[in-house]
Amino acid sequence: MKLFHYAAPHNFYHLAGRLWPWLALVASALAVAGLWTGFMVAPSDAQQGQAYRIIYIHVPVSWMAMLIYLAMAFWSVLGLAFQTRLSGLMTRALAPTGALMAFLSLWTGALWGKPMWGTYWVWDARLTSMLILLFLYLGYIALTSAIEDPRRSDRAGALLAVVGSVNVPIIYFSVQWWNTLHQGASVSFTQSPRMASVMLTGMLLMSLAMWLYAVAMALRRVRSLILVRDSHAAWVQQLPEVLALRALRSAA
Amino acid sequence: MIWSSAAEFWAMGGYGDYVWGSMGVSLVLLALEVLTTHMGRRQALDAVCEAMEADTEEVHDEQQRVHASLGPARMNPLSSGASS
Amino acid sequence: MSAQALPNPWQAMAGVLQRDLRLALRRKAEWLGAVFFFVVVVALFPLAIGPEPDTLRLIGPGVLWVAALLASMLSLGRLFEADHLDGSLEQLALSAAPLSWLVVAKLGAHWLISGLPLVLLSPILGLQFGLGPEALGLLALTLLIGTPVLSLLGAIGAALTLGVRGGGVLQSLLLLPLYVPVLVFGTGAVDAQMRGLGAQAHVSVLLALLLAAAALSPWACAAALRLALE
Repeated sequence: MKLFHYAAPHNFYHLAGRLWPWLALVASALAVAGLWTGFMVAPSDAQQGQAYRIIYIHVPVSWMAMLIYLAMAFWSVLGLAFQTRLSGLMTRALAPTGALMAFLSLWTGALWGKPMWGTYWVWDARLTSMLILLFLYLGYIALTSAIEDPRRSDRAGALLAVVGSVNVPIIYFSVQWWNTLHQGASVSFTQSPRMASVMLTGMLLMSLAMWLYAVAMALRRVRSLILVRDSHAAWVQQLPEVLALRALRSAA
Repeated sequence: MIWSSAAEFWAMGGYGDYVWGSMGVSLVLLALEVLTTHMGRRQALDAVCEAMEADTEEVHDEQQRVHASLGPARMNPLSSGASS
Repeated sequence: MSAQALPNPWQAMAGVLQRDLRLALRRKAEWLGAVFFFVVVVALFPLAIGPEPDTLRLIGPGVLWVAALLASMLSLGRLFEADHLDGSLEQLALSAAPLSWLVVAKLGAHWLISGLPLVLLSPILGLQFGLGPEALGLLALTLLIGTPVLSLLGAIGAALTLGVRGGGVLQSLLLLPLYVPVLVFGTGAVDAQMRGLGAQAHVSVLLALLLAAAALSPWACAAALRLALE
């Protein structure tokens, strides 16, 4: 079956190599289009003025932070079920991008909150859940970095990702509950501006751009991971880029 | 065009710091990510080269051991620089 | 042992439970440390924040819960480490009984030694915060349901980081996100009751979390332990 053909790191390496430049290109084009729509075409918001434009970056990175974690959980389940090595590598490749997205979500969220609601941080359900999601990412990265044996590292990471993903909806639910209980003291960030269709277009373009960017980065990263993991394999040692580098090093 | 001047664009209705603070930091960090994945590839290729060197050293050491055990007078087909 | 029929899983579990309890009772210093930690941390908060009765009543349930959470995390080190070092963990993994069941037995012993004392002490310590008898009772109830969840989830963290350098700190980083729902509903229950809103919903959710953790955790722990033993 075609799919299992690409489960072999050897084949996936070449596929990823062909794919990522195109994804990066389309992502850039979409980003330009999205930013143009968002900053040059869309009008200012009735309630929030020009500050609302932060959503053109805040919403896409927030969605990606959640989506990437789901993708990690998906690859982890695949890896635990089918024992494919590539699954562990893809999960690892996704984690840093996911963590970055979570951080950017918090950062842009804080900078949006200050002018709108007067405070950089508010313990509302979404921000708090995003903070915990960041910890989940950092935990995954810390665990997989700390374990030296590759196989154990991959599988432990996969277990953690699966357990974590089961927890994400529970965490969100619990934080939302906690937030409504203490409603009096808190302000909610869930009020977004009413979306004119132009604004929505800009946001969707940016979200798509972020998604393709994230995939492109993950593919780039997984190629490097494959190289290191299989560095003693014949197919790696005979790659043109490796032979070229060897020639360079021995000439030096 | 919704902006009547460049100054107005940068000011963002008084929220310039927040908007550009968000966009700016995001752009910088994403660019940094692109850079680190690029550097990661260089490091990975270096690691492969080092693994290759370690492998050939092993093969070389193995050949030395075989030579030594067979004795100096024997003609040995392995003795012609077959390190690859 | 080898000549007899395979012992059934229940007997194996009982055996592990008894062994762990006996060992723990011999090494009192280990688990008493975590209990002492609980008491001290709880006492530190009024000292840090001031004796204002209203403030203390507000923060009381939260402080007790966080202290219990931290004490629980501290005690996880004893769960698998010693058995791993002397090889008995490997024996457990090789035995005929399913590893996940034996993990349940170990966790049961662990909770009896490290969790139950916290539950029993909480009403007494809660008095320091001026909590009324109903609040104290409910607090103890939430801890009674919640500390096993903390043990079950904590065991996953302990198993994943077994034998890994920097394990303790790493374990905490892994566990904190997982602990949040338990904390929120545990303290939320007491809060809700103190505001006269009734705590049934919170307690039900806590029970649901306990059931979910009891279902998921032994499997995850067994998988993680096998990884550590390879």
